[in-house]
Amino acid sequence: MRNKRTELFVGCFIVLGVLAFVYLAVQVSGLAFSGKKDTYQIVARFNDIGGLSDRAKVTIAGVAVGDVESISFDKELYMGLVKMNIVSDVNNIPTDSSVAILTSGLLGEKYLGISIGAEDDVLVEGDEIYDTQSALVLENLISQFLFKSDDSEE
Amino acid sequence: MKAITDLGGWLLNWLEAVGRAGIFLAQSVFRFPVRLNESINLLVKQLYSVGVLSLVIVVVSGAFIGMVLALQGYSILAKFGSEDAVGQLLALALLRELAPVVTALLFAGRAGSSLTAEIGLMKATEQLSSFEMMGVDPLRRVIAPRFIAGVICLPLLSIIFSATGIIGGLVVSVGWLGVHDGAFWSLMQQSVYFDTDIINGFIKAVCFAIVVTWIAVYQGYECLPTSEGIGKATTRTVVLGSLAILALDFILTAAMFGDF
Amino acid sequence: MVDAYINVQNLSFSRGEHVIYKDISLTIPRGKITAIMGPSGTGKTTLLRLIAAQLAPDQGSILVDGQNVHALSRSDLYKLREKMGMLFQSGALFSDMTVEENVAFPMEEHTKLDRDEIHRIVSEKLHSVGLRGAAQLMPSELSGGMARRVALARAVALDPDLVMYDEPFTGQDPISKGVLVKLIRQLNDAAKITSVLVSHDVEESLSIADHVCILAGGRVIAEGSAEAIRASEDPQVKQFLNGEPDGPVPFHYPEAESSDKAAL
Repeated sequence: MRNKRTELFVGCFIVLGVLAFVYLAVQVSGLAFSGKKDTYQIVARFNDIGGLSDRAKVTIAGVAVGDVESISFDKELYMGLVKMNIVSDVNNIPTDSSVAILTSGLLGEKYLGISIGAEDDVLVEGDEIYDTQSALVLENLISQFLFKSDDSEE
Repeated sequence: MKAITDLGGWLLNWLEAVGRAGIFLAQSVFRFPVRLNESINLLVKQLYSVGVLSLVIVVVSGAFIGMVLALQGYSILAKFGSEDAVGQLLALALLRELAPVVTALLFAGRAGSSLTAEIGLMKATEQLSSFEMMGVDPLRRVIAPRFIAGVICLPLLSIIFSATGIIGGLVVSVGWLGVHDGAFWSLMQQSVYFDTDIINGFIKAVCFAIVVTWIAVYQGYECLPTSEGIGKATTRTVVLGSLAILALDFILTAAMFGDF
Repeated sequence: MVDAYINVQNLSFSRGEHVIYKDISLTIPRGKITAIMGPSGTGKTTLLRLIAAQLAPDQGSILVDGQNVHALSRSDLYKLREKMGMLFQSGALFSDMTVEENVAFPMEEHTKLDRDEIHRIVSEKLHSVGLRGAAQLMPSELSGGMARRVALARAVALDPDLVMYDEPFTGQDPISKGVLVKLIRQLNDAAKITSVLVSHDVEESLSIADHVCILAGGRVIAEGSAEAIRASEDPQVKQFLNGEPDGPVPFHYPEAESSDKAAL
């Protein structure tokens, strides 16, 4: 049956296409099909966000616990306003924690690292982390080193 | 003065041709599902000749392009000591650009030219007139299933191309060049995003599919029904199709990935 | 007055600069075989396409069974075409279907007959053209004469009122020609079909036609019964029938006119 054979091949072709799609989604992009995780949002203001981008990861002790939602400019304080979503499971970040913009490797992507504080109160939806450490900008670093200037950066 | 008149005339002719092709497309697609059962049979036949028969060339080219990318990428990345990023390079290059563009170019050469030639030959042997004489619309019967099959097949082929390309690159970089496979995957997963990279690549493939198949069936339908006419139409399909893909790719890339 | 099935009135048609018909009128009687003859390039095939409304005339009208075909809506036209069969010059069998599927195609499209019924009619039609044994072959496996007989079976599958034959004898060996002549005659007499035959094969056409029209230079130069045409004294008609190389129809193509190959 010529017709049945054609149908079989076409069926295989479509299955192959779908499998390849799932493979790309899961294995290549690391997409998790567990649905959208519950998150809560916190904000932080930085003097210099230096190359941080949307959807960069947020880590605690090197483990990803969320990502950056948006980056905007705070007109009144002249600072970079970063909104980030943290997964609900991690609901015990002390309010006096600090956040820094870090770089993976020498030239890698920028990401946020949260260092845990000591307070008993924890951050909830809409809270702000006040203790921030800006991105390491190579030019500033070099000029500090060369001129031994002592204006410290927050 | 004459040059300006010529330019105006050229533009009007061109617009008229595009308009005719647009009406042609609309007529064939919107009249398609007259009888579902028969339509599906016709579609399956075309999916076979357009899609399944293009599979080999796509898989083979995908694997080789992936392997070459891995080799080239490795030799440069190794200079910076970041040869682990070869997976990232491979996946982004394939998903965003190479898979949709190369698959569409191969598709224009393999399936597009054969669609044009087939439809042109049906015209030359009066089969299209014959459908009309039997009160059957050739647009619905001949053009629509071919067009729809093309639009379904090319995105699927493009995805298969990406997957085989990544596997080809994996074999070369991990199996042969000794890249650490954990780093290969994790760097790839870190930098590839499902919605921006995979979905955007898919959207590109769908756009290319519409344009290439449209050009192919229209050239076949409008060709002069002689052996010379069919030959010219087939060439035009490949040339116009390829140029359209590359131009459209620039526009789509600018819209999707260009952060202005 | 003959009972006209098709009435062509004051028809003019041109392709670009090239005038093909200039104000011609002719009638095709019901239930008879009409042969339309003329030298190559006089647009005989074009006339068939005009009758089937695949082309639209510049002026004039064509009435088929009392309906002006060029004033019909698309769906009415398609309905009218179900009553027309056409045998194309090349046969025009659908190359992706078997012989049987080809003949069954018009019935599957336009009737609600079930599979067995269609199968029975297909066998019958193929039997009438002597090709029942070839039902499972693909068109590419047929000889030219066989393909034309299959196309004939397909053209009459819906028992049409009108069958148009476009150059049925061209490129056929004498035996095939004889078979086709016999088949056309049989079909016409058995089913009371109106047949229109376009040809430049003088002998075959005159032998079966009841009514003959000769076209030349965009005009009708003679119209009448086969005997009347044979007896005609008109020099143009005589030249055509006897195949004289030169005469009123010039041997040389006029030089000043455009040589548009697309015009038939």
